[in-house]
Amino acid sequence: MTNHTRNHPQSSAAPIGLKRFRRWIAPILTLCLLLGATLPISVAQADPASPSLAAGSPTVSAIASDDAMTRSQAIKALILQPPAGAADVLHALDRGMLYVTAKPVARLGIADAAGKISAIDSDEILGNTSDAQWQPVSINNVIRIQLRPRLDLMALASPDVSKRRDAAQDLFSARLTPDYIHEIKALEPKIKDADVQANLRKLVAGFELNDADPKVRLAAIADVADALDPEIRAKLANLASNDNDPAVKAAAAKTLDAINTRVAGWQFLQNLVFGLSLGSVLLLAAIGLAITFGVMGVINMAHGEMMMIGAYTTWLLQQLMPNHLTAALFLAIPSAFLAAGIIGMAIERGLIRFLYGRPLETLLATFGLSLMLQQAARIIFTPLNRAVALPDFMSNSWVVNPVFAITYNRLYILIFSLTVFFGLLLLLKRSTFGLRIRAVAQNRAMARACGVRSNWIDALTFGLGSGIAGIAGVALAQITNVGPNLGQSYIVDSFMVVVLGGVGNLWGTLVAGMGIGVLNKFLEPYSGAVLAKVVVLVLVILVIQKRPRGLFPQKGRAAEE
Amino acid sequence: MLFKTLFAGHERGGLIVMLAIVLMLLWVSIGNLAVPASSSWHVSTYTVTILGKFLTYALLAVSIDLIWGYAGILSLGHGAFFALGGYAMGMYLMREIGDRGQYGNPNLPDFMVFLNWHELPWYWYGFDHFWFAALMVLLVPGILAGLFGWLAFRSKVSGVYFAIITQALTYALMLAFFRNEMGFGGNNGLTDFKDILGFSITENSTRVGLFVASGIALILGYFIAQAIVRSRFGRVLVAIRDAEPRTRACGYPVAQYKLVVFVISAMLAAVAGALYVPQVGIINPGEFSPLSSIEAVAWVATGGRGSLFGPIIGAFAVNYSKTQLTTLAPDLWPFVLGGLFILVTVFLPKGLISLLGRRKKPVEESETMVINKAIKQETSVAADRKTEVL
Repeated sequence: MTNHTRNHPQSSAAPIGLKRFRRWIAPILTLCLLLGATLPISVAQADPASPSLAAGSPTVSAIASDDAMTRSQAIKALILQPPAGAADVLHALDRGMLYVTAKPVARLGIADAAGKISAIDSDEILGNTSDAQWQPVSINNVIRIQLRPRLDLMALASPDVSKRRDAAQDLFSARLTPDYIHEIKALEPKIKDADVQANLRKLVAGFELNDADPKVRLAAIADVADALDPEIRAKLANLASNDNDPAVKAAAAKTLDAINTRVAGWQFLQNLVFGLSLGSVLLLAAIGLAITFGVMGVINMAHGEMMMIGAYTTWLLQQLMPNHLTAALFLAIPSAFLAAGIIGMAIERGLIRFLYGRPLETLLATFGLSLMLQQAARIIFTPLNRAVALPDFMSNSWVVNPVFAITYNRLYILIFSLTVFFGLLLLLKRSTFGLRIRAVAQNRAMARACGVRSNWIDALTFGLGSGIAGIAGVALAQITNVGPNLGQSYIVDSFMVVVLGGVGNLWGTLVAGMGIGVLNKFLEPYSGAVLAKVVVLVLVILVIQKRPRGLFPQKGRAAEE
Repeated sequence: MLFKTLFAGHERGGLIVMLAIVLMLLWVSIGNLAVPASSSWHVSTYTVTILGKFLTYALLAVSIDLIWGYAGILSLGHGAFFALGGYAMGMYLMREIGDRGQYGNPNLPDFMVFLNWHELPWYWYGFDHFWFAALMVLLVPGILAGLFGWLAFRSKVSGVYFAIITQALTYALMLAFFRNEMGFGGNNGLTDFKDILGFSITENSTRVGLFVASGIALILGYFIAQAIVRSRFGRVLVAIRDAEPRTRACGYPVAQYKLVVFVISAMLAAVAGALYVPQVGIINPGEFSPLSSIEAVAWVATGGRGSLFGPIIGAFAVNYSKTQLTTLAPDLWPFVLGGLFILVTVFLPKGLISLLGRRKKPVEESETMVINKAIKQETSVAADRKTEVL
């Protein structure tokens, strides 16, 4: 939009100082603009009465004047009825880059970052911000509040659809004067994007809820029937309790009821999705444990540190290739799996195999190991928390409506953890490796008798569990900071998930992880986040009393041991 | 009878340790109070406090060994009982401050004034009296342990499952105590204590008094635990440890035995916590962290579980090296502690005391354990042969 006006041949050809042609040039310029515009609509319709920005015009002279009152009135007029090509000027005004001079003739200029002031309608350099004759045009907040909606209205004509959407969204939260409302109302039917149009209609209707005419109010109530925005709900609530007209009152109450039911539904969904998202993080942290603890019976207190290793791998890869965040992330998944998996196998061969059949000693030894790994991370990477930058597709959130939005990273982690879960399930149930893992877990002596190298399977199983912890670390790095204590904060939770689900049962782990996550989120509104966690822990402890082998205990001979 | 219990069989190690503690109590109190500061025999107040702290740690270790070493119950949440005892004592010490706090409010502790509270919460009532606080030191952790243990043992939660839910218990308590709304000072905990039973807490003599009290508590705790494990009751506990289903089949109410010893152990831990707080001058939710509980278990494992005096040695050895190392090379301490855990569990499953010359095994391996071991060996040998053939 800016380039259209600035580089227009007609406007740049206009000779400076030829005052008598100014009156002609403005309409011609507008005409050219309208004809040549590729824009979906033209917002900046200049009527003959609108102020001119040409050098020496009354408006510009007023802006250049010493009198603050005159200045602000001229600027207000400019904002309310912007002439064609005013977009640049208004943006510059908003950013504080608009300059004005009184000599030799009153004219405006736009400063760039380097301090050079160029003409508003050509590339001609007029001076420098340090020149005494050029003064910045300053505005106060009252004017700024009026200016912003104008900029949004202009952006509605932008060729970029996301800009148009943002502008409509911004207008929603702006403080609009009745003039603007009328303008938006006139503009709304011309908008081509259905969602932007609906948004604007809702906006206008929201204002008309306060209209003096009961008929207009009734119509507006019908218009906002499918709105979920808190502002509109507040207005409806006000009408439902305070309106003079009984018909309006009843209609408002009815609509509000309908809206509130839907809001409650969305909020339920929101809680559910947030709960599942929290649960998916717990699940990721616990799946690896379900292998090492559930299948092998090894209590690995260093499990959290395997996640830490995965998270640091993610961070390192991102440091190595800072310009390819997405590639670094996808590379991080196998790298973290290998890094944590190999370290896990080393731990199994070097330490844990000496402690089989002594679970409590294993617990202590691996705890010692976790202290050492944490300290190693503290020395190698410093104790500082590192932030991992999110690739584009993971940042921002998916806004469905005003009461339901979810950040993309959470959404992807939910999908990711389910993928890992089902992948692992497939591996255990359908592959030869999985068959061997299960065989060794169920009857070591018999598995060995059938030719399974149980030592190798032990090492590989432990490596698999640790590797999955490493993958969990990749996901955790996307939602929290990476630091030496990253794993520690998840270890208690992950053990609870595995124990609650039933040791040796992957489906139980899924149900327990998601269940704990969802329960947590549904408790939070009543008790706050910390207490919700406490309540969940106490509940889990109580459930374990009732079902000591978890919700889905293993049955048969394997359960006896 | 009592004489027999004390000097029966192989309790020599325990008696030597007790004797060493008595000597330490005498040496330190005389060295601090009677010897002038200029003398090289003088014991600094700092040392008194540190050793007093170690004594309470040792009592905590004894309480853990009582259940872990003799009943096979591994609690990863014993720090919770220690901390609860500490909080009960801390509440008394807070009330003792009276109107000498920062805000000078005679009715409310500083942190409540700061949080704009106007009334003392009901659960703070009575803590103005030492006897009440002392009672609570025993009752609160005792009741919690009783409730928790009743639920857990009744439904046969044992082994690693029990370890993990006790860890969750202490974790939940930590999260709860971090909240300001709980009325226990939130993140900062309880601190700025002025005096205890009318004696200024910063005074040398008070410090030595607390130190001696900790020593006496440890000795008493040791002998109580000793009496328990030497009694018929203790024999049943060992039977439960080694073969729980068989003991149950023999008609012993296993859950009740476990519950009683768990509650006694929790109370011992709470007394340790109550003596710990006035010496270090603060109690905060960090004491509930799962890490501190595991560390306490590590003292027991290091010293040698199932001996009662081994854990005392373990607590002193680990904490002494911790104090030394954290000042000399703070970066190295986690490696040393972690390495210690690994070395002890892999190479010294009976702990440091197994190094101290020829001594009988703390409690003889029961018949079942021996049989089980033999069976295991046989099967693995057989399996090895099979693999060779294949």
